[in-house]
Amino acid sequence: MNRPAARLLTFQLPLAAFLVFLLFPFYWMLVTALKPNRDLYNLTVNPLWTWTPTLDHVRRLLWDTHFLPWMRNTLVISVGATALSLAASLLAAYAIGRLRFRGSGVLGITIFLTYLVPPVILFIPLSRIVSALGLWDRPAALVLTYPTFLVPFCVWLLLGYFRTLPRELEDCARVDGASRFQVMRYVTFPLALPGILSCLIFAFTLSWNEYLYALVFLSSTDQKTVPVGLATELVTGDVFQWGPLMAGALLGSVPVAVAYSFFVEHYVAALTGALKE
Amino acid sequence: MDRLEASLPRVAARRAAAGSLLENRDALGWAMVAPALFLLGAFLAYPFLLGVWLSFTDSRIANPGRFVGLENFRYLVGDGVFRLAVLNTLLYAGVAVVLKFVLGFALALLVDREFRGKRFVRAAMLLPWIVPTSLSALVFYWIYDSQFSVLTWVLRAVGLVDRSVNYLGDPNLARASLIAANVWRGVPFFAIGLLAGLQTVPRELYEAAAMDGAGPWARFRWITWPLLVPVAVVVTVFSTIMTVGDFQLIWIVTKGGPANATHLFGTLAYQRAVQGGFLGEGAAVAVFVLPVLVACVALAYRALRRED
Repeated sequence: MNRPAARLLTFQLPLAAFLVFLLFPFYWMLVTALKPNRDLYNLTVNPLWTWTPTLDHVRRLLWDTHFLPWMRNTLVISVGATALSLAASLLAAYAIGRLRFRGSGVLGITIFLTYLVPPVILFIPLSRIVSALGLWDRPAALVLTYPTFLVPFCVWLLLGYFRTLPRELEDCARVDGASRFQVMRYVTFPLALPGILSCLIFAFTLSWNEYLYALVFLSSTDQKTVPVGLATELVTGDVFQWGPLMAGALLGSVPVAVAYSFFVEHYVAALTGALKE
Repeated sequence: MDRLEASLPRVAARRAAAGSLLENRDALGWAMVAPALFLLGAFLAYPFLLGVWLSFTDSRIANPGRFVGLENFRYLVGDGVFRLAVLNTLLYAGVAVVLKFVLGFALALLVDREFRGKRFVRAAMLLPWIVPTSLSALVFYWIYDSQFSVLTWVLRAVGLVDRSVNYLGDPNLARASLIAANVWRGVPFFAIGLLAGLQTVPRELYEAAAMDGAGPWARFRWITWPLLVPVAVVVTVFSTIMTVGDFQLIWIVTKGGPANATHLFGTLAYQRAVQGGFLGEGAAVAVFVLPVLVACVALAYRALRRED
């Protein structure tokens, strides 16, 4: 067998098959969102293409549903949960990784293990706690509960990052008379900026994508997040609104896709770094 | 001048007092981890214990309930729907994790080389893992539509079926459909994790082995695989826990149906606790995820220990 043929069989074709498998659902989302209803529910035309694209579904989604408030809610909750988690994680990771105080080793392992507790174990008792705190159906319920999976992840990621920074730089600053907080503020955190950025992206996308807690703790239509709102309010009995639904799935994915595309190199590096730890 | 000199020691003393707190590693360390510990304690550790406690009570929504011992567990063991959910979870997690591992590994090996468009491919292949699962679950719901499924259209076009397929109406077909959707979402995670592992293998080892006459299989078996085991264990354990604890994909696509054929622990717990109001019973269902969690962590620990 000659080389190009071998390459086609062992590399190009399998890779193409993978890409079709992994990307087709996105294509299907897009085509459905742009297809007029008369094509959408017609078995005789080729479903993979439309010659008469329309923005009707997008218009319906934006003006006849609560999609825009859902987007705003999701954004507020994601930003709040990310800020809270990042602040707590940055302090904790610095302390565990750099101060080596009594108990820091055990603490690091404990925080890592909490990352493995899946939300399905927690959502029932958490619903009790949320209602006891008077946070039922309020965005604050999610801002306070999302850190349970964001903090362990961010601490783990930042710990790995702090470990790669040379200690000598901090020691030099200390010798030159900088206080501990000045060292953190002007030396360590700026050097750890790539790691902090990775945490930001991860925390934001994980919050944006969360479903179970948002489904359980929020109940009124205009309080919902995008993942929950689309799946509960637009899937209405027998009348499926596939056009607006797919338009919503597409638009709802845009913020995380954008955050990710800006930092794709970072993302992969951070993930692989975190796995190597 | 006098006054300045007089005040200097006092400032220094105050600085020293504040400084000694900052210089005391133990005090500063615990102060800095306090916010994270508070969040994890109040919203993770406490609910975790509360959940275990609830599973021993007959608690309902708006009724704290009382201790009933193992009553919930005794009831569940005799409950056909719960027993089916246990089998479903084993099947779903078992098949999906193996498929994700095999396909993810194949994809990692494919892209672990130089080729044109590498950056694009590596970015695009992560997309299923990036986008909100609930939104991609909606797309699969639409792909598996009983009337207008694009999958059926394709299968018809190539002549594999001759009528519409009710993917979510038949128990086994519904299970297979959900596993396929879960595999779709999880392959990128395995691929990127294993790819990271592949890239830590020093290239010189391959060259040395090739010079000693090792073929591709021998190089894979004796160089790549042993060095990849730690990453493979971490990725597999993590994915197993997440697959066993899956909720959103199942809930959006089948709600545990048809006829309870696709319930996992998470969806059954939600149905019993949130929809049915039986908090204690739901908590007992969710607690069954714990043994899986502990077993996974123990296995990973042993595997990684042996490597060292």
